[in-house]
Amino acid sequence: MITAMKNRVLDIGPLKSAKLFWILALFVTVFLYLEGKGLFPKWMFKVPRKSQLPVKKYISDFMDWLVQEANFGFFTFKELTRGMSSLLDIPLSFATSLFSTGFLEGQGSQAIQILPPLSWIAVIAAVVAMGHYARDWKLAAFIGGCFLYLAIFGQWDSAMVTLASIVIAVPFGVVGGLLLAIGAYRSPWFEKTISPVLDLMQTIPVFAYLVPILFLFGFGPVAAMIATIIYAMPPMTRIAIMSLKSVPSEIVDFGNMAGCTKRQLMWKVLVPSAAPGLMVGVNQVIMLSLNMVIIASMIGAGGLGYDVLASLRRLDIGGGLEAGVGIVVLAIALDRLSQAFATRSESAHLDGRLNIVKRHPWFLTVLIIVLFTLVLGHYIPAIQGYPASLELGVGTSLAEFVAWINVNFFDVLETYKTFVLIYFMVPVKLVLLKMPWAWTILLLCVGAWQLGGKKLFLLTLLLSLFIVATGMWEKAMITVYLCGVSVVIACLIGIPVGILAVENDRLGRIVQVVIDTLQTLPSFVYLIPVVMLFRVGDFSAMVAVVLYAIAPAIRYTTHGIQQIPSSLIEAGITSGCTRRQLLWKVKLPLALPEILLGLNQTIMLALSMLVITALVGTRDLGQEVYIALTKADTGRGLVAGLSIAFIAIIADRMIAAGSRKAKQRLGLGEELG
Amino acid sequence: MIKTSRFALALLGSLALSNMTTTASFADVESNDPIKLTLHDWTGQLLTTKIMGSVLQKAGYNIEYVQADYIAQFAGLKEGDLHVAMEIWETTGREAMDEAVGTGKVENLGETGMQAIEEWWYPSYMKEVCPGLPNWEALNECAEAFATPETAPKGRYLGAPVTWGGFDDERVEALEMDFEVIHAGTDAALFAELESAYQRKAPVLLWVYAPHWAPAKFEGEWVEFPKYTAECYNDPSWGSNEDAAYDCGKPTGPVWKVAWSGVKDKWPGAHKAIEGFNISNDEMSQMIIEVDLDGKDMDAVVNTWVDANKDRWASWVK
Repeated sequence: MITAMKNRVLDIGPLKSAKLFWILALFVTVFLYLEGKGLFPKWMFKVPRKSQLPVKKYISDFMDWLVQEANFGFFTFKELTRGMSSLLDIPLSFATSLFSTGFLEGQGSQAIQILPPLSWIAVIAAVVAMGHYARDWKLAAFIGGCFLYLAIFGQWDSAMVTLASIVIAVPFGVVGGLLLAIGAYRSPWFEKTISPVLDLMQTIPVFAYLVPILFLFGFGPVAAMIATIIYAMPPMTRIAIMSLKSVPSEIVDFGNMAGCTKRQLMWKVLVPSAAPGLMVGVNQVIMLSLNMVIIASMIGAGGLGYDVLASLRRLDIGGGLEAGVGIVVLAIALDRLSQAFATRSESAHLDGRLNIVKRHPWFLTVLIIVLFTLVLGHYIPAIQGYPASLELGVGTSLAEFVAWINVNFFDVLETYKTFVLIYFMVPVKLVLLKMPWAWTILLLCVGAWQLGGKKLFLLTLLLSLFIVATGMWEKAMITVYLCGVSVVIACLIGIPVGILAVENDRLGRIVQVVIDTLQTLPSFVYLIPVVMLFRVGDFSAMVAVVLYAIAPAIRYTTHGIQQIPSSLIEAGITSGCTRRQLLWKVKLPLALPEILLGLNQTIMLALSMLVITALVGTRDLGQEVYIALTKADTGRGLVAGLSIAFIAIIADRMIAAGSRKAKQRLGLGEELG
Repeated sequence: MIKTSRFALALLGSLALSNMTTTASFADVESNDPIKLTLHDWTGQLLTTKIMGSVLQKAGYNIEYVQADYIAQFAGLKEGDLHVAMEIWETTGREAMDEAVGTGKVENLGETGMQAIEEWWYPSYMKEVCPGLPNWEALNECAEAFATPETAPKGRYLGAPVTWGGFDDERVEALEMDFEVIHAGTDAALFAELESAYQRKAPVLLWVYAPHWAPAKFEGEWVEFPKYTAECYNDPSWGSNEDAAYDCGKPTGPVWKVAWSGVKDKWPGAHKAIEGFNISNDEMSQMIIEVDLDGKDMDAVVNTWVDANKDRWASWVK
């Protein structure tokens, strides 16, 4: 990553002296790599424990105080959070009853079912109706098919548990995100305050704050839901701020002239006008909530996530994949549905004189089906729950397929793996570990100054010094190495695939499906086959990270090339460019800012995968977070989590600054951004 | 609208009444609040917990199963959100358990009767390559047979996740073995590698523990190290290496039961029953095999055990 960054600085830096500096820096780096270890005292590589800032301890102590003693006079802080969780429990247990357990009287094993949950037929009828309402029969059939798949492949019960938690978590995430966005829209001061908080919410791995959440909100589905909301809300807030700001000022003026109060202006004018943008945010909240399903199942949410974990514990690859695909199918169905609602053309207002049947045909049909299946389901079990005898499964065929690859191709794969390890991964790791931290930070800061000026320089300096001072430097460098190597490989594969996908429509569609699946399929599902083929170690971790993080590299490249004004491409063709020239001299440079954004997203996803890859035995910050989780050590987890977040923020800011510079140099205004 | 929903409610009500008939009669217990038992993600623990749950239920207690992470559950046990955890392994959970018991909010209810075995393990076919096995001294002579490109010429030993402890790095040092210890991140990764190697009949040497399905599914043996004693771990002068501790095998350790300390006052009878719970390694391994390898339904296996061992559990709940 560092080298990649350096190269970019080289061709962006306008001054000769800057070029000279980086060439010199390269020499010093090589020298330090060869001779450095002996020249510097040990604390230049690892800060001794006694001079580290005891941030871990501060955080743990603060947490203890919060849980044990914090008091508002009338009630304690813990009573407040516990109160919140019992409040949140009301809608959640309602949804769980509706979809999964049925309505119960009493608790535990003595509970008596008063009412069964919605039957599978009723749920499918409801989603079909929503599909048709949102767009057309085609969508309705597609979504109905998705849910039918869940029933046929025996995932229904778990899927409904997951659906119940999503159905409640999403509205909270959306409304919370929207309220924050409105606050930010009204007061620039508030926007400045929440912006770094949002950064942290997005970049600190969930594992790092799981322990404090358990202490404060109790154990179970509610805590899982709160973690989900924290993780899924930031994109909603960001997109909502952007959409509110981009409402044309004419509309706002009109609202003012019509004599709207402030509240009316917001809820009747601004929010409806920004609705299409807001729906993109809703979509993001749904997708991220489904990403959290596995982690949520570790703290008692159950559902499909639990099935994935439990099957993998048994090395039941087929079972893990079935449950994993169940998550993907649910995600795709909800995604398409929310997108359809976003783009739904508002039909003319219905005639008020029509009777209730004609006004709400769908609502009534679904209601009738619900009641009908409720009564019939009482006598015919196949109507209440999908009959187990009709379920299908991939069974052991997948495990056999992996075994076949394993037996026949392991040696070939091993050769490639050894090559990549010895000639690429190990050298990068050594370079990063052999530099004294002061030198690495110096290079980073110079880069930051050139790209973004004094502000970026200060930010980079402070954040990287935090990592050094808390004793996380070495692990941070392994993190940067693993993440950097994976990002480089993801880009080397992703950008060409993205370019090809633009040229060839059919390929483009296939690629789209593949990357959608890769992004929503829980990484646990492919982690086990990857370990079987590549053994425990950095290489397996790298493969898993690349699989997860490649999607934005492809997506943004495609998008970047597609949005180049056709006039520019025609100009290229008329001036006699060959295809190759057209690609290298016209398309790629013009798509560069967009590709950089893709790079940025790839880095973010790669970092967010680190905690997961700790499960296959890496020794980076992800592992530190994971160890802290298993030891319930709040301070240790949050310090490591913050270090990951800071690496992400430094990378993000530098690339954003680089992208701005690239745009300026190309003379592209903001219209492409 | 309102009318229709009223009609619906009436309909639902009539259905509800017909469902009520299933109510069982409850024995006289201290509290009818559900006792929450935690479920993790490995079969043995699910079996242990469900056996305990069925027994408590037979005694008239109201129980509830909650899915929870093995270590994260201690947060819930301390606060009384969760009540009983049936399997805390000496070898992997000791630290978290001691910390929780130290706060006074969690209570150790004694051993389950199962003994955790953990040791270096190899598949039987490796004996042909390395005839001196299972003696640990034979390993040094065939270290190269266990090597991979990254570790060559040293052999590769796949250890447990770092959080499990086990002192394997120290052991390799103390016994001067030509092996490199690689730590897996989870036990899923550990057994994925074993499965992969076993399919190819490739060399592999790794940490395996019991009770677990792996030693039943795969044919193999544990390496025999000098037998563990407490002095070996504490006293460097003990054993073949005069200057280092850990020059011996791993200890075996009990699997513990723990509970929220409030259980004692709220459900004294259940508390006693959980303390009484006792099951052997062999019984447990047999049930794990039935579920994981023969594909039997877990609840059926639990019921079979409960029906067959009436006398035993009757003495727990007395």
